Amino acid sequence: MTARTLRRRRYLLDSERFLAPTMMAPAVLYIVALVGFPFVLAILLAFSDATVGNPAFDFVGFKTFSRILDDPVFRRALGNTFWFAVISNVLVVIFATILAKILVADFRGKWLVRFLVLLPWTTPVSLATITWLWTLDSIFSPIDWILRNLGLISDNVYWLGKPGLAMSSVIAVHTWRIVPLAAVIVMAGLTAIPNEVKDAADVDGARFWRKMFAIEIPLLAPIIAVAVLFGFILTVTDISVVFVLTRGGPTHSTQVLASWAFIKGIEGGALSQGAAIALFLFPVLVAVTAVILRLARRREVL
Amino acid sequence: MDALDDVTLARRKARTRHRMVRIGIYGAAIGAALLAAFPFLWATVTMFKQSSDLYVKANNPFWFNDPPTLKHVKLLLFDTNFLTFVRNTVVVGLAVTIITLLLSLPAAYALARLMGVWGERMGIAIFFVYLIPPTLLFIPMSRVIATLDLQGSLWSLILVYPTITIPISTWLLMGFIKGIPRDLEEQAMVDGYSRVGALTRAVLPLIFPGIVAVVVFAFTLSSHEFIYALTFNKASAVKTIAVGVPTELVRGDVFFWQALQGAAVFIAVPIALLFNLFLDRFITGFTMGAVKG
Repeated sequence: MTARTLRRRRYLLDSERFLAPTMMAPAVLYIVALVGFPFVLAILLAFSDATVGNPAFDFVGFKTFSRILDDPVFRRALGNTFWFAVISNVLVVIFATILAKILVADFRGKWLVRFLVLLPWTTPVSLATITWLWTLDSIFSPIDWILRNLGLISDNVYWLGKPGLAMSSVIAVHTWRIVPLAAVIVMAGLTAIPNEVKDAADVDGARFWRKMFAIEIPLLAPIIAVAVLFGFILTVTDISVVFVLTRGGPTHSTQVLASWAFIKGIEGGALSQGAAIALFLFPVLVAVTAVILRLARRREVL
Repeated sequence: MDALDDVTLARRKARTRHRMVRIGIYGAAIGAALLAAFPFLWATVTMFKQSSDLYVKANNPFWFNDPPTLKHVKLLLFDTNFLTFVRNTVVVGLAVTIITLLLSLPAAYALARLMGVWGERMGIAIFFVYLIPPTLLFIPMSRVIATLDLQGSLWSLILVYPTITIPISTWLLMGFIKGIPRDLEEQAMVDGYSRVGALTRAVLPLIFPGIVAVVVFAFTLSSHEFIYALTFNKASAVKTIAVGVPTELVRGDVFFWQALQGAAVFIAVPIALLFNLFLDRFITGFTMGAVKG
């Protein structure tokens, strides 16, 4: 290697105009090729009549959309997706704030409590749901056994067998698995509250509830918004809870967009319809993110 | 005399109050732990139960009415594909980790150090990739994988999972790199290293915690991810645990409950332990990425 090429290479390794694009390019190209391109493909598919048997692309305009909109199961799935996410995340905020308060307190055996409390979030969702499938079993549910022995019921509850109960079960499992994540995020916020603020409140004689509602909750609001954002995206886009727990049943009462897109698009082979159903998630995600980021930014945290 | 009584009274009152608070904290902690872990505790009892004990409605579900047995654990480990699923998950996790680090480390460095305002804008753009989740992409992605002829191969997951890990890891590592004083690199460059040399010698060792977080994240993803794995790989030999366990340990209407619950516990416990080790680091990473952006 001549001195000149060495010097030239040395120059390249120092030049920011060369380095910045070179270091960014692989990651950007990867994302464009495998997120950008499939996203465009999803839109194209939704405007076609492609199936697995005949994947050829024929433009059909909004025909696929009007077809899925006419389907009562789709409308059910759209409503369920929205309400499951909203109700679970309201519950998540309440329980996560309580759990975060518990986890920042000092007590013995904390590592064990922390380990047990994190289980619902760190376990793969489909496996965590498997433990619920058995806990909510139609005959051998231990919850039923407890209720029977307390004399509250005489037979079985059939948690997953009746529409209303099945919907509540799905919401409960979502809440249960997201609370630990939200609690960890809120914990980060709690520990970030400056000590002077806490001391000032103590000096002023503020008690538990006063401190909670006058200081902690207003200061935590932005980070709770971040927790809700993550929680919302995780519930709206999730397929495993519904897929493992109920497969959308009984009679589509727990169907959500993700599971319906899978049943139509992959199991049924109607690629265009599956793609169109899944695309309905996009405006929801964008709207919710915009609202939550604005809320968080107004508080000048993000 | 009266004043003294007041003081003892106040002191006693404070002590009872303190004791009540302690009891309250322990009660709340135990309650939260039981609520969170209930299905797992019940799963742990279940996996050692004999069928003759398990399938009797009147039996106490939380204790062994017949002696416990290892039969179903053995069935899970040696007569099902459970260990194959575990191996597949680890292989995918490893490959995804390598790809993610190779692509997101340089990108994070460029964003944090070389690109100024554009770096911040790109950082926000990366966050928005999060809004196009697998649920939105799995149908077109199934066509991409079919065209590349990767169906039924672990390569399909190895190729696709970095689309999820790269944006988040770049974001996370960017936070870590911003936390390192620029002087360190400048010193290294004064000492005669190029910028790339300074990166590998001065920056890399300092962001080791961030790299560990990326590794944990890649493995967590390859064990959690469901919809891509369900869509791409139908053959038992190439399933990961998230899809393999719920689809293979149920045959028609027959649920192998003990084996299923055993599988859930065997996977859940090590991952939760790992997260416990890194939780504080995770919180730091999260607040650095999201709060200070």
